[in-house]
Amino acid sequence: MSEVPDNFLYTKDHEWLDLDDDGVVTVGISDHAQEALGELVFVEAPQAGVIFANGDACAVVESVKAASDIYCPITGEITEVNAALEDEPELVNSSPYEAGWVFRIRPDDVTALNELMDAEAYETFLAELED
Amino acid sequence: MSEPLIFEYQSVSRQGFVARSASESRLPADALRTDEPVLPRASELEVVRHFTRLSQLNFSIDTQFYPLGSCTMKYNPRICNRLAMLPQFLLRHPLGGVEHGQGYLQTMFELQEMLQVVTGMEAVSLTPMAGAQGEFAGVAMIQAYHAAQGDTERTQIIVPDAAHGTNPATATMCGCDVVEIFTGVDGDIDLEALRAVVGPQTAGIMLTNPSTLGVFERQIQEIAAIVHEAGGLLYYDGANLNAILGKTLPGDMGFDVIHMNLHKTFSTPHGGGGPGSGAVGVSKRLKPFLPVPFIQKKGDLYVWATEESCPQSIGRLSAFMGNSGVLLRAYIYMRMLGGQGMERVSDFAVLNANYLLHALQEAGFEIAFPERRATHEFIVSLKKEMRDTGVNAMDFAKALLDHGFHAPTTYFPTLVPECLLIEPTETESQHALDGFVAAMISIRKQAYTDPDKVKEAPLTLPVRRLDDVRAAKQPDLIWQPAENNTENTTAGS
Amino acid sequence: MPFIPHTDTDIARMLQRAGISDISQLFDEIPVDLKIDGLEAIGPALSEAEIAQLMQQRARADGEPLCFMGAGAYEHYIPAAVWDIATRGEFYSAYTPYQAEASQGTLQVIYEFQTMIASLNGLDVSNASLYDGATAFAEACLMAVRANRKSKSKKILVSRLLSPVFRSVATTILQGQRIELVELPIRNGQTDIAALKNFVDEDFAAVAIQNPSFLGTLEDVDTLTDWAHEHGALVIGITNPMSLALLKAPGQWGTAGADIACGEGQPMGIPLSSGGPYVGYLVCRKAIMRQMPGRIVGRTVDIEGKPGFTLTLQAREQHIRRSKATSNICTNQGLIATAATIYMSLMGAEGLRQVAHSCNANTHMLVDALCALPGISQPFDTPLFHEGVVQLDRPVAGFLMELSRQGILGGYDLSADYPELGHALLVCATEQRSAADIASYVAAAGAALEVAV
Repeated sequence: MSEVPDNFLYTKDHEWLDLDDDGVVTVGISDHAQEALGELVFVEAPQAGVIFANGDACAVVESVKAASDIYCPITGEITEVNAALEDEPELVNSSPYEAGWVFRIRPDDVTALNELMDAEAYETFLAELED
Repeated sequence: MSEPLIFEYQSVSRQGFVARSASESRLPADALRTDEPVLPRASELEVVRHFTRLSQLNFSIDTQFYPLGSCTMKYNPRICNRLAMLPQFLLRHPLGGVEHGQGYLQTMFELQEMLQVVTGMEAVSLTPMAGAQGEFAGVAMIQAYHAAQGDTERTQIIVPDAAHGTNPATATMCGCDVVEIFTGVDGDIDLEALRAVVGPQTAGIMLTNPSTLGVFERQIQEIAAIVHEAGGLLYYDGANLNAILGKTLPGDMGFDVIHMNLHKTFSTPHGGGGPGSGAVGVSKRLKPFLPVPFIQKKGDLYVWATEESCPQSIGRLSAFMGNSGVLLRAYIYMRMLGGQGMERVSDFAVLNANYLLHALQEAGFEIAFPERRATHEFIVSLKKEMRDTGVNAMDFAKALLDHGFHAPTTYFPTLVPECLLIEPTETESQHALDGFVAAMISIRKQAYTDPDKVKEAPLTLPVRRLDDVRAAKQPDLIWQPAENNTENTTAGS
Repeated sequence: MPFIPHTDTDIARMLQRAGISDISQLFDEIPVDLKIDGLEAIGPALSEAEIAQLMQQRARADGEPLCFMGAGAYEHYIPAAVWDIATRGEFYSAYTPYQAEASQGTLQVIYEFQTMIASLNGLDVSNASLYDGATAFAEACLMAVRANRKSKSKKILVSRLLSPVFRSVATTILQGQRIELVELPIRNGQTDIAALKNFVDEDFAAVAIQNPSFLGTLEDVDTLTDWAHEHGALVIGITNPMSLALLKAPGQWGTAGADIACGEGQPMGIPLSSGGPYVGYLVCRKAIMRQMPGRIVGRTVDIEGKPGFTLTLQAREQHIRRSKATSNICTNQGLIATAATIYMSLMGAEGLRQVAHSCNANTHMLVDALCALPGISQPFDTPLFHEGVVQLDRPVAGFLMELSRQGILGGYDLSADYPELGHALLVCATEQRSAADIASYVAAAGAALEVAV
């Protein structure tokens, strides 16, 4: 069973979101997602300053055998990307919820976060996928 | 067993392959390069030995059995190579006049006609250089057809989930949206799912029949009716033509366009990854859109059909007319088979597959669609072996290499877990098939007694399993001379 | 029957094992109304001896005209070892190297190919080859649009001196992506630098420059490259690998060098063979390598730490990314790349320089001699590599037909592609043409010109 920290929000595409005090949201991929992909060899991050709409493909995570889009979970402007992933994409595997974060985005509308799953709902969602 | 890089040799290259010309070149100094390109400096004998030794590190059809599903790795007759390399064929300039090309053009014209016969299509163009380019031509023709009808809303291409990856990639490259539909439990397409997605937005559907699941799509006529009624066209991916040669025609099934992989069905060499050849055939309504050039007969003369005579053509796909030398080999092979020989191709390709399926099934391996008749290929699922021992399809594949067999296609199609897609082809003897079954049994036995050993395979090849993660993370894609070597890399001799 | 080994006893045993009594039962899932009654129209089988006779007849019918035609495909001498080795069964009949452990030969050859091609072009990374030069150019355009992060433009500024068939093929392939080629005009056999000012307000993903140009002339690659970079466009260099034995590589063009280079590898040991199979190449800077389409081989180590080769960066490709792949391309031209690698290995840098010098000198000799004939002149004297343009006092087609009757393939008629050049003919004399060959061309041309227009 993969790890699902309580304090984050989740999407059906297995991204996690964490709203910081400054109103910016940090985004990464869940433990379940990194496990399914295998050891990452490359992360194509978006550029800071670019605006994405909810559902846009904004980053790509690649392992040897798979490549998967990260869909922007919320409309807004990218404020920062995790530069460490450029040389160490495997941080996403070893620390998906901390050192392996992918980008930070300033949402146009914070209330849109209410649409997302909390940890409990995501765990139920994962359990359904197993069946 | 390993061979140094060619760059590590340091000899005097043999020169003098060319006649020295009387005068020097007249190139302006500022146009010249000042650095020395990294090219080998090896003697002729070193070059010959180097590449001969490298060849010996390969598996090949000439040395091993390749039960590689979806790839049709049959024997490549030597005579096809010999005759395609007759000096006049090799020396013929692609832009030479038709007066110096009647032999070649007649041959290509007859190849077009033979391919029409074996597919039941109205016309053929030989220009696509590989299956994926044939797919491109096909989807582009479907788009051109709709555009010519003024039907600009048709932007969706329907692709089954079991399709080759090139199908959705091609549709995207052509600017279409891909709609995936699922396969039913019996291996046929779910017709209800198909009905639910067709409509005025449907440009067409891309199908492989027999499908990549190794079964014949029995409802193909219903599928054709559903798609045609919705105004879409049908594209036939000819990857599995070997299974139906002389038995049924894609044209009769209702397909509007087809590509053929001549390097599969018509036995031109795979060459370690190309050149392929992906000739396309079309129904009457797509004829005006065929890619140019192709060959027409005017009186007694064979001539090119080009943009001028085919103004609605989707255009050119290669600088000249595709992989001509490959086309010659396919022609030679087809003439040697004749009509009856072609029927025997599918007879024995399918017999071999069904024999191998039953032999493996009797040995206790799980077959993916046991209630169906296998075509020229079939799927074994190693789910049980994986669950019991931890040895997976990849481990079986690597262990087969140690037994002297090339691995079957693994993990494709993705809808069957731990799968091996196995295609023996008609050119293998029963003896070769029995050897493969024995190897599979032996590997499974080892999986249950010493699984770690299987996971270590291969042990007898030039290298063990390679570090793919390192290859992708720190890409080393070209050799670079060591820093202290740079002074050596001035002009040779 | 050819190529099927089964004896009657085998067949009986195999049918029994498969639980059927007759081969026709194997096809019982095909709907009855779709079944056909064989392929009689194909005709009877020919024996190996019969097909050999037939193909020899066909080959003889094509003749062996003395070739002064280039225009994208060149007759060079091919050392005997090249195809003797390339057609060894272990290369010829091997599959794509997906099972790396069983394909180290093919993989190492491709790694060596990538090294040589990247180095000739002066750039960092090469793929394992593409279908041909024209499709390599189309892929270069697609790649440039993806790779140029400064520009969202889907336009490529292309010199009119880029091979007309390269432009035509690219147009076919790029139309689905709505990528547009915009033409840069020409002047005196070169891209018109002065015309660049008309494009300063437009946004381009890339500027494409062929050097030597389709007309054989040398371009002002430095100025064009710097202009492109100043205007936020990438630079695609289209090259002939033979010329790169002598000419400045795209990686050295201008201040920063080209970003992508591509071209037709046919001059590297590949026979003319009516246009194929040839071998396209595509090279680029390391920074944009993940936008590269097609197969790429990398060097790594096995679990014992021993060096080995494998296909890498595969997540870009269609078998993994499906509809989101960098291209639908699945194959490369493995066997042809193998032959090209053997050719480059035998020739070495010095051997290629000898050929390149010799081609340049021969073409100059031919152009000079032709222009000494009344009725033939040179439209411009821009420096050339190994092809040159001459202008006739009459339509080129008839002139070429006269030469053809005398067994001479006299060159490429430019009048359809470049009507502005008048009755223009593109000629080429590679190292294969002797002084005597050139003299026979000139004599035949003289005779042809004596016929009244």
